[in-house]
Amino acid sequence: MALLEVRDLQIHFRTATGVNRAVDGLSFDIEAGEALAVVGESGCGKSVTSMSILGLLPTPPGKIAGQIRFRGQNLLNASESRMRKLRGAEIGMIFQEPMTSLNPVFTIGQQIGESVRLHEKASRAEARDRAIEMLRLVGIPSPERRVDEYPHQLSGGMRQRAMIAIALACNPALLVADEPTTALDVTIQAQILDLMQDLRSKVGSAVMLITHDLGVVAEFAERVLVMYAGRKVEEATVRDLFRTPRHPYTQGLLKAVPRLGSSLGAETSVRLAEIPGRVPDLSKPLRGCAFADRCPRAQEVCHRIDPALETKAAGHLAACHFAPREVSAA
Amino acid sequence: MTDAPHLIEVRNLVKRFPIGGGLFSRSHKVVHAVSDVSFHIARGETLSLVGESGCGKSTVGKCLARLIPLTEGEITLDGQRIDGLSRSQMKPVRKRLNVVFQDPFSSLNPRMTVEDLVAEPLRSHGMARTRAERHARVGDLLEKVGLAREAMARMPHQFSGGQRQRICIARALASEPDIIICDEAVSALDVSVQAQIINLLMDLQKDLGLALLFISHDLAVVEHMSDRIAVMYLGRIMEIADRESLFRHPRHPYTRALLSAVPLPDPEADRDRAVLTGDVPSPIDPPSGCFFRTRCPMATDRCAAEVPALRDMGAGHMSACHYAEDV
Amino acid sequence: MTAQPPDPDAQFAAAPERPQILAPPPQRSRGMAMLIEHPTLWIGLALLVLVTLMAILAPLIAPHDPAALNPAFRVKPPSAEAWFGTDMLGRDIFSRTVYGARVSLIVGAGVAVCASIFGLAIGVLSGFLRWADNIVMRVMDGLMSIPAILLAIALMTLMRGGSVFNVILAITIAEIPRVARLTRSVVLSVREQPYVEAGTACGTSTLGIIWRHIMPNTLAPLTVQATYICASAMITEAILSFIGAGMPSSVPSWGNIMAEGRALWQVKPSIVFFPAIFLSVTVLAVNLLGDGLRDAVDPRLAKQV
Repeated sequence: MALLEVRDLQIHFRTATGVNRAVDGLSFDIEAGEALAVVGESGCGKSVTSMSILGLLPTPPGKIAGQIRFRGQNLLNASESRMRKLRGAEIGMIFQEPMTSLNPVFTIGQQIGESVRLHEKASRAEARDRAIEMLRLVGIPSPERRVDEYPHQLSGGMRQRAMIAIALACNPALLVADEPTTALDVTIQAQILDLMQDLRSKVGSAVMLITHDLGVVAEFAERVLVMYAGRKVEEATVRDLFRTPRHPYTQGLLKAVPRLGSSLGAETSVRLAEIPGRVPDLSKPLRGCAFADRCPRAQEVCHRIDPALETKAAGHLAACHFAPREVSAA
Repeated sequence: MTDAPHLIEVRNLVKRFPIGGGLFSRSHKVVHAVSDVSFHIARGETLSLVGESGCGKSTVGKCLARLIPLTEGEITLDGQRIDGLSRSQMKPVRKRLNVVFQDPFSSLNPRMTVEDLVAEPLRSHGMARTRAERHARVGDLLEKVGLAREAMARMPHQFSGGQRQRICIARALASEPDIIICDEAVSALDVSVQAQIINLLMDLQKDLGLALLFISHDLAVVEHMSDRIAVMYLGRIMEIADRESLFRHPRHPYTRALLSAVPLPDPEADRDRAVLTGDVPSPIDPPSGCFFRTRCPMATDRCAAEVPALRDMGAGHMSACHYAEDV
Repeated sequence: MTAQPPDPDAQFAAAPERPQILAPPPQRSRGMAMLIEHPTLWIGLALLVLVTLMAILAPLIAPHDPAALNPAFRVKPPSAEAWFGTDMLGRDIFSRTVYGARVSLIVGAGVAVCASIFGLAIGVLSGFLRWADNIVMRVMDGLMSIPAILLAIALMTLMRGGSVFNVILAITIAEIPRVARLTRSVVLSVREQPYVEAGTACGTSTLGIIWRHIMPNTLAPLTVQATYICASAMITEAILSFIGAGMPSSVPSWGNIMAEGRALWQVKPSIVFFPAIFLSVTVLAVNLLGDGLRDAVDPRLAKQV
């Protein structure tokens, strides 16, 4: 049994004009201690998925179907008080914008201590010691002083470190990180990624990393899940995905990213490969493959039959009728 | 050296913002947003300004477009000083210089049609006098940026982020400028759309002989787009060089660190990363000497005492580091 | 027996069905949707249309001349002959009330329009010119520190003599600061929008920026504010008339009718009662309209309140 098992997850929202199928039939597993990245462009449903795992999606207007099993227990049936116990203790979370997720009226120490005291019934003094220890662990200089400071007194990178300290204070089994470095500068991003990698090996948490940045995926994750229009289109180990992407969308994405060093030496500037068109409107009914309208390989059948996720090579899933298949996998 | 002046010449640009100071408190704190920045842009050239948030790159762009007043320094367009011009004197300059902003959602007035938006510069500069003329021009411009002519009757909210950025570009092109300042123009876009807009900008530049000042924090995009690159840190230019030279042989420890911090979309790349420690110092109270010395692995006492000047390392590669030869 | 032709699609694996878990929203026409989502808007509008029709068609509706004296038929209770009874001079209260709607509506609409125009101009000016801002806003603060009704009474005394024009002028001056403040705050927030900066970069002049980018954004909040001002102007007008500082007593305004019935209200409450009801309903209608407009224009605001 995997640590987290998501089965046939559907998250739909009612809007003025129709039903937005933000996530439509998503299944995946996260094993204990594993780093899984979920990539996709804005509106592909990756953030909504992470919110539903944390039980933070308001329903209505949303409606969730399917199963999210954490250690075998379906979180979608769990009570709010049970979810509150899980969040922070067993499932930690890091969001993109640290300033909005830290409470401005409590000190950093109080906020780290709160989750320790709540979940481990530690005394006030123990909680404070733990907070200092966590701040030191995430690389905040002079933690004895910082522990009594308020979020606005910290810089952006420091705040994100403090968020990580809060998220990891109770050694969660799963850390959900939604675009944790997107708001940060590259040099700070590098620090935070190194820190998360380091802590993962120390604490042994599984990480679900939500990002749009393929560079971050390549640096951090072990397995990748590519989402498009609320559906999983490809899943593979990082190495396989970057070496032999099998879904045309993944291939397009990888070609569209400008890479450092790739355009040097060329006399004239190189054109980037672009994916024509735009993401489909999810509040309109979709027939066939969601990517068919933009796909260079699309044929008539793609507009009719919604391709199933098939194993194209060992441990490599793709939802495309025409994705190459390794002989041994068939 | 040629006698013809560069299209844009910026000399010793300084921008300071006073902060605080209400009715009763006269605070004397000042943010040193841009300190002593000089560069030039030739006709048809792309110069990129890169750096992390707060390094002053956007402030330079805004000063150049005269959207905010500069504190000190000179800006010339084709040899003509534009730094002291009044609002009305700026009008002919604005015809030749336009801006594309980062956020395609907030930089288009939601209450105007696409036609009115794209026609705004035509109207302001008296370029197409009749309605029919404007209508035709707007249609041409929309086609040039890859949109249908019919798009002009619609409102901005009916378009996606990438399409809106195309509208912004059409609008910036309307007055047939010599230079466009792209302030993080592709940063808010998704990867697949970003590639479309980058290609569009590069095509337009080639066809129209435009110069671009491309302001961005994304080094990979910058490498892809630019002829020359200026790296900024805390309001100063640390290094300025042409693309090949800067990316192959960075001559400043900050550029090196920046380059090695970029995550590569390749899990098999070998990583020897020089991770910078600490945070960017506050621009209210910058360190003495070299601004980068507090995070620099090579810093010595000399760096605290002396501000390093931008030195020519050969072939126009300039670096502001005392130890540029050793980097 | 012919063999089934092989299915050409058999080689393509289809994904499992993605069931529908939410029923689609009911399809409604735009008008229907507006009606269902903003009932206050429509109730207010309907009531206001009724009152307006009454005012316009007053000569057809009123059974008697509102100024006709009938000393023999004084202070009568409501009857089939005089629906709302008669006042001390024997004038038909129903007819007077119907005509009174004209005064209220003219004053309400007049003040709303005038205060909006002047307030908008002042607000835009002080939102755009830093030096003007301090002076103008201090004056506005000064005006706002005096209750609108007191200010209007003082102005009416200064102008000596009530007429519709003077009443509108007095109330308008008292209401301008509210509009000016609102406009200024909208201007200050809109001028920071990136699209204003983009407009400047396009070479648009300051006047062009104000006209094309800033004014359209003030219209929605201003319209909402205008309805509230209209309602409060109607009340102020009635108060002015009631205390004798407003319309000349010959004009049948709701405030005047109530003022005339004041002495008798314990004996014959109907004289005060009917115009009061009409005033309340009209003010309610305008306020409902304003609330509805606000909800329709800015849904965020509606949820906060």
